[in-house]
Amino acid sequence: MAGPLNWFSQVGSITKFGLMSIPQRRGAVAATVIGIAGVVAVFVGVLSIAAGFKRAMTASGSPDAAIVLRSGSDSEMVSGFGRTETRVIADAPGVARNAQGPLSSAELFVIINLPKRSTGTDANVPLRGVEGAAMEVRDQLKISSGRMFSWGRNEVIVGAGAAREFAGLEIGSQIKVGWDTWPVVGIFSANGGIAESEIWTDAKVLQGAYNRGESYQSVYTRLASAGAFQQFKDSLTTNPQLNVKVIRQSDYYADQSQTLTRLITTLGYLIAFLMAVGAVFGALNTMYSAVAARTREIATLRALGFGSGAVVVALMIESLVLALLGGAVGAGISFAAFNNFHAATMNWQSFSQVTFAFAVTPHLLIQGVVWAASIGLIGGLFPAIRAARQPIAAALREL
Amino acid sequence: MKFAHLIWGNLTRKKLRTSLTLLSIIVAFVLFGLLCAVKQALAGGVEMAGADRLIVRHKVSIIQLLPESYKARMERIPGVDLAVHQTWFGGVYQDPKNFFMQNPVVIEEFLSMHPELILAPAQKKAWLETRTGAIIGRKTADRFKWKIGDKVPILSPIWGRRTWEFDLVGIYDGRDKGSDTTPMFFRYDYFDESREEGRGKGLVGWYTIRIKDPARAAEIAKLVDREFENSPAETKTEPEGAFAQGFAQQIGNITLIVAGILGAVFFTLLLVTGSTMAQTVRERFGELGVLKAIGFTNGQVLALVLAESCLLALLGGGIGLTAVWAFTARGDPTGGMLPLFYFRPSDVMLGVALCIALGLITGIFPALQAMRLRVADALRRM
Repeated sequence: MAGPLNWFSQVGSITKFGLMSIPQRRGAVAATVIGIAGVVAVFVGVLSIAAGFKRAMTASGSPDAAIVLRSGSDSEMVSGFGRTETRVIADAPGVARNAQGPLSSAELFVIINLPKRSTGTDANVPLRGVEGAAMEVRDQLKISSGRMFSWGRNEVIVGAGAAREFAGLEIGSQIKVGWDTWPVVGIFSANGGIAESEIWTDAKVLQGAYNRGESYQSVYTRLASAGAFQQFKDSLTTNPQLNVKVIRQSDYYADQSQTLTRLITTLGYLIAFLMAVGAVFGALNTMYSAVAARTREIATLRALGFGSGAVVVALMIESLVLALLGGAVGAGISFAAFNNFHAATMNWQSFSQVTFAFAVTPHLLIQGVVWAASIGLIGGLFPAIRAARQPIAAALREL
Repeated sequence: MKFAHLIWGNLTRKKLRTSLTLLSIIVAFVLFGLLCAVKQALAGGVEMAGADRLIVRHKVSIIQLLPESYKARMERIPGVDLAVHQTWFGGVYQDPKNFFMQNPVVIEEFLSMHPELILAPAQKKAWLETRTGAIIGRKTADRFKWKIGDKVPILSPIWGRRTWEFDLVGIYDGRDKGSDTTPMFFRYDYFDESREEGRGKGLVGWYTIRIKDPARAAEIAKLVDREFENSPAETKTEPEGAFAQGFAQQIGNITLIVAGILGAVFFTLLLVTGSTMAQTVRERFGELGVLKAIGFTNGQVLALVLAESCLLALLGGGIGLTAVWAFTARGDPTGGMLPLFYFRPSDVMLGVALCIALGLITGIFPALQAMRLRVADALRRM
């Protein structure tokens, strides 16, 4: 019986033998490698859309910030408050304060038509009216160029994503809202979050332009701490003057991103699974031919005393190496092609556009390589078993 | 055709290899079919659009309302045959996840505008007689197992926060396979009277207008927009198809994404099948030489190899396309998210064309190689 060391050296030499014969069958090998690369690239590419959308939505909300809507509303679009209600909400316990007062912003949310740069067709771009604390109630929001709009003036600032995806939103250009034209005076960034898809102006100015009187649709607040949420929520939901729903911003956005993320993820897995099945057949073909071409060599080795286990393992390693090579190529292609690819899509809950960047995350890359490895192992297993089972005498006679 | 048995014999010689190649072709065409159906579901409204219909909406955005009085003004514009309005009700049946569209309409003119919705005359009569009456498309009726006579409670968050109760008086079908039969329609007079004060009484969502001559669509759209220029509610008018396309574009460039994925799939497949064919032919050099030696012409050898690759591609593609056909015939697999999910005949034809192209491309190089083979060289390889 051969010792384990001997067994390893057997595996090593057969593997080396197999890998060195690759140049002789480079056509079939290249087809397998590229086939697996294709599976991984498509898989990672499709799922990076979902990951990017989710990232944009969840980068938006921190756990110590809350959004208040009218009870029963699942988005700002169908919610509504009067001035007195928003005051009661701002003064509720648990709201953080600074020198100017409570960190609470009562806001209006409407949409306007602007052409998408990529297609030239109209898109529903969100236009938000905000109050003084709007910058504080959101995370990492800052003016990246130009300046903040002046309160009470017909001016807007534009999120970096909206400025990139929709035409006519550069600093100095004008947007037309009804009869008025409002100049764009600044661009702001929000760490890639959903606010970057929006156009902002003073809530009072927007109320005037849309004949909304003193009404608002939502209240965004910064809480004293993440733990203060329950206190804030309880005080509002038990207040008989109000009929509201209080949600953490992080939960609100996670919930809004759920439908689309799930749809894309399901589609991505389905497509990748089908493609992987196809690639397994391709890999099987390649490895069966590889085994068939080497029938005599393998039989000779077996006649010399190489174990059948070593033959199986060596062939599996060969297949795995090819698959991992394909996986690495595919992951590389998808990273180069899709990471940070900018796009915009519809958020059905708010009926408006969300700009986001595809995100090829390390997690996705690892998943892609795992898929590749699985394809390689399945594609190698059956041919390897066949090779090991061949009767030595018959195989040797195939001269 | 007298060589059919020869081609078949060649295909079945290495059964394992042939079936593996066949399976990967099947998989590729299943993917092709499913993606076509998904694309159709997301962007299909464009083809169902009537060429003689224009959509008029508020210029600033579709959520802003237009006066009901615009109807008469539009119908006075030369070339306009009929103007019909709809409004987004946006109600919720039990749970926001049970989404389907509900719009208030004026019955007679609405049905005249949309001949693609088939409603039995008796049901139409009942609708005209019932103020709270509503009709629902076949798909949604099946989804919630509603039947005529049912009362449907719908919560409206937009038009005064309360539950509206509708009497189901009719179930309509689509004239074409691609018609969307998910929306519910109910009476505008009931809607306008029952919505709360201050929620846009006398205002409607958007108009569909029918024009007498589809060739004049662009010109009439301009006339309509000019009519309302400098009014508090300026309009944007475009053909129904362009409107639907713009709407689909808001989701993203679906056609591009689908084309990208399919491109990757077919490129991969081309390589796998191509390399298999090449290998098959290489292994057979000897016998190809024999064929030539006994009098087969170069053209016949070329045709033999090409026929084999095309047969393989058509067989795999045929099985794949049939499988998708059977799957999509049962309709939307997501239960409401993709109401227009179906496999268009033109996509089927495209699939068949792709099969033939696949067979020709993967077969042509090995076939040329086989054709150029010199008998003496080939025989020496035996």
